[in-house]
Amino acid sequence: MAGIWVYAEIGQEKLAPISLELLAKARELGDAEAVALGPGAGAAAAELGKHGAKTVYVSEDAAFGEFIAEPAADTMEALVKQHSPDLVLFGFTTDSREVAGRLAARLGCGLISNALDVKSQDGGFVARVPYFGGAKIADYKANAKPAIVLLRPKSVEASEVGGEAKVEQVQATIGANSKRARILERKVEAAEAVKLEDATVIVSGGRGMGGPENFPILEDLAGALGAAVGASRAVVDAGWVPYSMQVGQTGKTVRPGVYIAVGISGAMQHTVGMKASKVIIAINKDSEAPIMKMADLGVVGDALKIVPKLTEAVKAKKGK
Amino acid sequence: MKIVVTVKQVPDPNATQGLESDNTIARDREVVLDPGDEYGIEEGLVLKEAQGGEVILVSMGPERARDAIRKGLSMGADRGILITDEQLAGADALLTAKALAAAIKAESPDLVICATESYDGSTGMVPPMLAELLDMPQLTTAKQVEVSGSKVTIHRQTEDGYQVVEAETPALVTVTAGIAEPRYASLKGIMAARSKEVKQVGLSDLGIEKGEAAETVLAVNDAEARQAGEVVEDDGSVGVEKIMAVLQTAKVV
Repeated sequence: MAGIWVYAEIGQEKLAPISLELLAKARELGDAEAVALGPGAGAAAAELGKHGAKTVYVSEDAAFGEFIAEPAADTMEALVKQHSPDLVLFGFTTDSREVAGRLAARLGCGLISNALDVKSQDGGFVARVPYFGGAKIADYKANAKPAIVLLRPKSVEASEVGGEAKVEQVQATIGANSKRARILERKVEAAEAVKLEDATVIVSGGRGMGGPENFPILEDLAGALGAAVGASRAVVDAGWVPYSMQVGQTGKTVRPGVYIAVGISGAMQHTVGMKASKVIIAINKDSEAPIMKMADLGVVGDALKIVPKLTEAVKAKKGK
Repeated sequence: MKIVVTVKQVPDPNATQGLESDNTIARDREVVLDPGDEYGIEEGLVLKEAQGGEVILVSMGPERARDAIRKGLSMGADRGILITDEQLAGADALLTAKALAAAIKAESPDLVICATESYDGSTGMVPPMLAELLDMPQLTTAKQVEVSGSKVTIHRQTEDGYQVVEAETPALVTVTAGIAEPRYASLKGIMAARSKEVKQVGLSDLGIEKGEAAETVLAVNDAEARQAGEVVEDDGSVGVEKIMAVLQTAKVV
């Protein structure tokens, strides 16, 4: 059976949820194994085992948590050369793509990023990748061994199968010159009330909100609904709201029960991150905006007038 | 300090995106300097103004990508290098990184600045590959950059805040939008840019062979599109009524 590896992402000593999603896919494709590097890797290995990893290669070396990408790329290179997996799966996240990029350049094998799915075909692997901003899907056949594929978060559902992984302690193979980009400290800024990824309802704002001074009316609506507040890349780039609120290809991928897009035109950058929402409601003054063509309900009108009224209506209804 | 900023010409993100009836990308689209790259250029210029030195723009693309370089030169960068070669059409991230690395290596810069990702591809794979090929540490998604002597310190954007990350030069830094407000090119800058050097090189000049691509395209299909639902014109009350009805059906209220 094909050897399918998962690069388990460990951030601040905790296993990132994407890792378990990757394992669900790996199990489907062959013998699933995982690599967990850094403080917290041991605990992560147990979790990875429950999700179907047969073997987890573990190193708790502190350097993995302290330096960006290079120690992990070094050790991955050594492990890949030693065990020759057929496919290595990474999450399409900031931390993982930095490791994957260095690894692919070093192995000279290239990679397929931003994939929605990957399957076995004719003894190799074919990845489905959104193209032209998500309007098209291209099927890419990986040519190299190992194939390196980066899967978008939330493309696959994680599921527990209740196994136990064989834990193999490995030597951290870190080049003398690889401890270079050192993380000196971590600062936490104000946390959101409801996390975007976990929210069942999301209220998102775009340029049509007119300016950052109008975002509080979205927060009021979100507060009434118990929703999280998101934003389009345009307003994040403009500095109206922080990056942590960005929904889209390079922001977060969400699939809430209800997504309310306010003043968002629906550029593909954005829609690729939210089009799997169950119900989409759009409020926009332009009836021709692309978002109107994908929304279950599109309301053409002035968001700054509609949203406060909607908030009152929700409060009145919930108050009953 | 010698600073290289990578730049890319992309379809204008503010123009209507279109596909021809045969599903090819509409050719009449306007192309511009990637808006994300303007932040990198600005940061490069700010560092140069503080420390002295030179800002060199390196781009890969067709002949017309020279316009993107020219725009950066009119903002104040000193010179440009355009890597252009028919064999590079449709290059994947690794080939792109190899070509950029070869051109940049010849300059031995202290700092390489890239946007976190391009506006058109938005996969952000080239910077880490480039850092690897240049044998440099990568300081990524910076919303603040400081250089002091041979030390670069950045604030690296994270999900819930930022990390302070430090490395010795030479280093590669990727910057996010919002790191600095890109300056407008002045008329003087535009005039001066005309006489600035833009060197053109091809794959053979760089000593690179086009290897096997990481992937082969087997098929391109339409993505599952969501169907448009009801669209209503708000008259002061119908919008809220309709939304409330949908929220009730979804059991949100």
